[in-house]
Order: sequence, then structure tokens, then C-alpha cells
Amino acid sequence: MTLTAGPDGRSSIPIESLKRKKDHFERGEDRRSLEDPRAELLELEDKGELVVQKIDHEALTLPTKYGRPKRIQKAHLWHHKSCGQCGHIPGYSTSIFWVMRQLGYDYHDPRDQTSCTAWNYYASATSNSAAQAAVAVRNFAAARETGYFPLIHCGTSYGHYKEVREELIRHPELRAEVRRIMGKLGKELVLPEEIVHYSEWFHAMRGEIAAKQVRDFTGIKVTVHPACHYYKLVEGDAIYDPDIYGGQRTAVVTGLAQALGADVRTYSTWFDCCGFGFRHILVQRDFTRSFATLRKIEVMKEEADPDVVLTHDTGCVTTLDKSQFAAKAHDRNVGLAVMSEAQFAALAMGAHPYKVCQLHWHSADYRPLLEKMGIDWEKAWAEFQADLKRLENGEKRYLDWDDVDN
Amino acid sequence: MTATDVQSQLAGAPAPADAHYKLPDVAGYPDVPFEEKARLFEEITNDLRFSDYLYGCYECGICVAVCPSARFYDFSPRRIAQAAAREDVELIYQQMQEDIWECSQCFSCLRCPRGNNPGGIITIMREVAVNNGLASAKEALAGYSRIIYKIMSTGTQVSPDMLQPDAFPDWGPETGDVSANLDLWRRALPPETMHTTTTGWAVADSTLIELYLIWLHTGALDMISDVDASLHAILTELMEERLEDEGIEI
Repeated sequence: MTLTAGPDGRSSIPIESLKRKKDHFERGEDRRSLEDPRAELLELEDKGELVVQKIDHEALTLPTKYGRPKRIQKAHLWHHKSCGQCGHIPGYSTSIFWVMRQLGYDYHDPRDQTSCTAWNYYASATSNSAAQAAVAVRNFAAARETGYFPLIHCGTSYGHYKEVREELIRHPELRAEVRRIMGKLGKELVLPEEIVHYSEWFHAMRGEIAAKQVRDFTGIKVTVHPACHYYKLVEGDAIYDPDIYGGQRTAVVTGLAQALGADVRTYSTWFDCCGFGFRHILVQRDFTRSFATLRKIEVMKEEADPDVVLTHDTGCVTTLDKSQFAAKAHDRNVGLAVMSEAQFAALAMGAHPYKVCQLHWHSADYRPLLEKMGIDWEKAWAEFQADLKRLENGEKRYLDWDDVDN
Repeated sequence: MTATDVQSQLAGAPAPADAHYKLPDVAGYPDVPFEEKARLFEEITNDLRFSDYLYGCYECGICVAVCPSARFYDFSPRRIAQAAAREDVELIYQQMQEDIWECSQCFSCLRCPRGNNPGGIITIMREVAVNNGLASAKEALAGYSRIIYKIMSTGTQVSPDMLQPDAFPDWGPETGDVSANLDLWRRALPPETMHTTTTGWAVADSTLIELYLIWLHTGALDMISDVDASLHAILTELMEERLEDEGIEI
């Protein structure tokens, strides 16, 4: 193609080429995020395209980013567990269950559940949109079969399932493909009325959690890392509250920490991701360690001097917790306890730091934080060791909830 | 974009001298025919999500400002969106070989005021790179096989027994403590589903069968045949044997 002369006869701008490209990208309907996915789902259900699992127990209503009210079912919940939480931070999952038990709400912990497989997908792309949607729908169909409503533990599962829901709503050919696959499994194309993250449940229940608080968290300095896949992926579903950060950041985690009386402090790089990277955390950790240290932990320590950083996703806890050890060898300004707000809430309610919160799986030093909370961690560790002895002696095969609560 | 669209674009357009497209010798990979690069680009644009992910580009750079990978690598989500918008086939190919695996997939770039999703475009580009066995995909996934094996065969991704001190020496001595006490510490977890060591939780056999059917019926398993033939063979045999035991024919 030759360059086209402009009106002045001298320009070298290829006007015809640019016009053609502009024509191609004439903007159509804004499809960034569906305004009301719930309404779209119900409409598709009316047409017989899919089945919507309804909220059928008492629910609390919370405001989302653009104002759509979102209902959070309080009890009778199907816990969609997280690979990374169950595998590497088991006190995260255990604390979610424990808090729910303490508040007296029933739940189901299923074996008929797979990972959302999104960690692998975002890391390796060894899957496709039909497979990802089918995995999601299979889990949702399994939840509906039990009658319990799904509660998603992992931020990435939550974000990815929202993406899948958008794709299924927008693309009839994808719905047809997923229905075909579900047919082979003897299942229907099922989606829940709302896709709910556990941190939304904790936020909704923060009043009830605070009412059961037995440890004083006044003076506990907290920074919050909001999880990217919670509030950046399909952002319209995330919970925002005008009373928290003026509605300019997601309200979850912060709202709970404030309800527990902690001193929540801000820092300039709050919007930055943690550095997890999906593939990077597994096979390219130089990036992960650098980002987590330089853009998160050090900035938090310098600007906010926290006792603990709270977050609400699997990858963020792992990254921020595990990245500090190597940085210490380089004399970086690290050394900050990291945990989920579920573990923080459990500690506030009197949970055992090892039997429930399983802090011995964490790497960054959490002991100064426990001391500030008034917890004798040496005594607690001895109690946990005594329980382990019972297992080693063959007195019991497993510890159970009775062992934890007594 | 359809195959016809691409062909008509190819017929009427960008000759190598066009200053607004990367020249093959600048973009690199001049040994790969333009038609092959155009075929891969067409595969990207044919993905049903592509039209949801790209609306054009203001060139404002907000996506770069919020991008963690841009801080540590020679990487730019803006260049990805612009190359896709300009349909710069040579540059897209270069990015598929050199850039896309640096993305963190955090989706901070969704802050784009134009509504683009550069991270989503990259997800699609990665899929195409895997599907077609591109060298970048093979390199990026080298050392990653056991993760793919774990997720596809067990239905959970990271497992407690992955926490080995030699695999994660930078995670501190606690990793060694976990590894040394793994069975005992897992038995001390109160949830009954979490006493496992090789998976994050206990997944029912019937659930696994359903997962295998999904991998096989959607072609997800076959996606890795070019990037890791031996892993593909192992997983295919494992799944087919398991399904055969259940009396299920594919």
C-alpha cells in the first residue's frame, strides 16, 4: 500500500488505511459488564435455556459497585472449596467453616466438587471456554442437587465463574455446547441466582461476628489487600458501601476489620495486585517475590506500619505470606503477618490459632500479632502438640470439630 | 472476523511497506509465512469472547500504569490491544512468541476506559499458542506438566504434598515443617474432606468421571497434544481406562 498525501500534499499519513480500520472498530453496545445478570438469567430460564438455583433461605441485601442490590443467603450453604486454601493454607478454609458453625448456620462440605480449574487456566491456557463453562456448571448443578446454595471460597473461582456466567448469557452457541456436555453427564445447565464469595458472607455477617467477639482488637493495625479477581473481574458484582472508603473501594474485608475494632490503615499501592501471576507463583517466582515485596509489603510497612495484612483470596495470602522469606535475606523491609479476614475473624471470636486457624502453615511471623491480641501462642502450640500426640498414639485417627471447640 | 474477512483484508492490504504494520524482519520470525500468522490471528478473532474484549484503544496507557508485569518486564498490555485493533498480524505473532506469557492475568487492565480487556485477549492468544504448539507455549509450560497432570487427573490443582522444601526453598523453613509432618498435620484438620495429602480435598470418584468427560468432550485434553505429547498420552490413557472401567464409551 502506498502512503496517501493529505490536503497539503505533504502528509504521509495513510488516510485510507486508517479510515478502513476506524470503520472496523465503530463502537457498538457497551458489553463490559452486564447491568443485572440475575435478571438476564431469569429471562433465559423462562425461555427454557437454563435452570437458575434460587436463594431460598433468609438473606441479607448488600449494595454492589453500581448499586444493584445483591442478596447473600445466610445459612444452608454449599461450600465450594479452594485448591490453594485447602492444599496450602488449610486454616483459611477451616476458619470459614468454624465461624459459620459458631454462628449456628448449617452448611454442606461436598466431595462432589472439583476445582474451578481457573488457576491452571490463567496460568497455562490449557483449556477452552466450553470446558471452563462446563466445569463451572457441573459444580453448580451438583450444588443444586443437594439443595444447598453455593458459597465460593476462592476469589479466582468467584471471578472466573462470573466471567463464565457472562459468556453463557451472551453467547447462545456456548449455552448449546454446555447443554450438550451436561446432557452426557445427566445434568442441566444450572447457574445460581447470585454468585457469592465467602468474603461477602463475612461482610454481611460482620455484625453477628462482632457480637461474638471475645478478644479485643483495639490497636491492632491492619492493612487490606483487595483481591483483583474479586473486584476487577466483572466488577459490577463486588460489594461497595458508601460508608467504607466513600464507596471508592470494595467494602469487604475492611468493613469486617472495622466492625471488629481494628485500626484499618491505607497505603498508596492498594490497587496493585499481589504478584501471584498464576504461572509465576509456580514457575517464575522471581517476579512474584519482587512484586509482592517491593509494591505491597514494603509500601504497607513504610506508609502504614501494620501488624497484619488481611486479604480475601487464596493466591494473595500465599503470595504475600511466602514471598517475604527470601526478601529477608536481602535485608528488605519485610516481616509482616499475613492471613485471610476469615482467620482474623475466627481469632476475634476466640478460635484456637493452631487447631482452627492453622497458622503453623504460614511462613511470615505471626507470633508478635498473636501476642498483641493477647494470645499465649506458646501455650496454644503446646495444646496443639498434645492433640497431635493423641493422633500419633492411635488414640484417635483424626481431630474433629469437638476437639477444636473444647 | 470470518475467514473471508481475513482473506479480503490480506488481498487489499498491508503490503510489507506499510509503515503502520510491523515488517516481518522487524517483528522477527520471517521464516514463518504471513499466511500462517494470519491463520493464527483468525483463530484468535474467531473466539467467541474476542468481540467482548476489544473496542479499540485511546492509547491512554492506563492499562500499562496498573499492570504488574509492565513494571518488571518489557511488556505492555496497550501494545497487545493496539496490535489486535490494528490487525497487525506480524506484531500479534511476535507477541504470541515473546510477550503473552509475562502477563499476570490479574485483570487490572480492565480499568481501561474504552472497555477493553487486554488480559482477556492474552488469554485467547495463549490458548491459540497452546493449541498450535507454538515454541513460546512449550517453553512457558516446561516444568509445568505436573500441575496440568494434577488438575486434569484429580480435579484439584495444588496439593499438600507439593509443599516440598526443594521445590519451594524460597518459602522458608516452614515448608520443610509442613512436608515433614504432612500426614499428621492433615489428620489434625477438623473438616473431614481435608485429610487428604495428594489432593486439596477428597473428590468423589463419580465427580472425577464427570470431569474426565468434560475434558474429553470439549477437546480441552487434546489441546496439550502438541505442547506436551507425553503428558497428553499419559492423561488420555488414564482417563480412557477409567471411563472404560465404568463402562462409558467416548
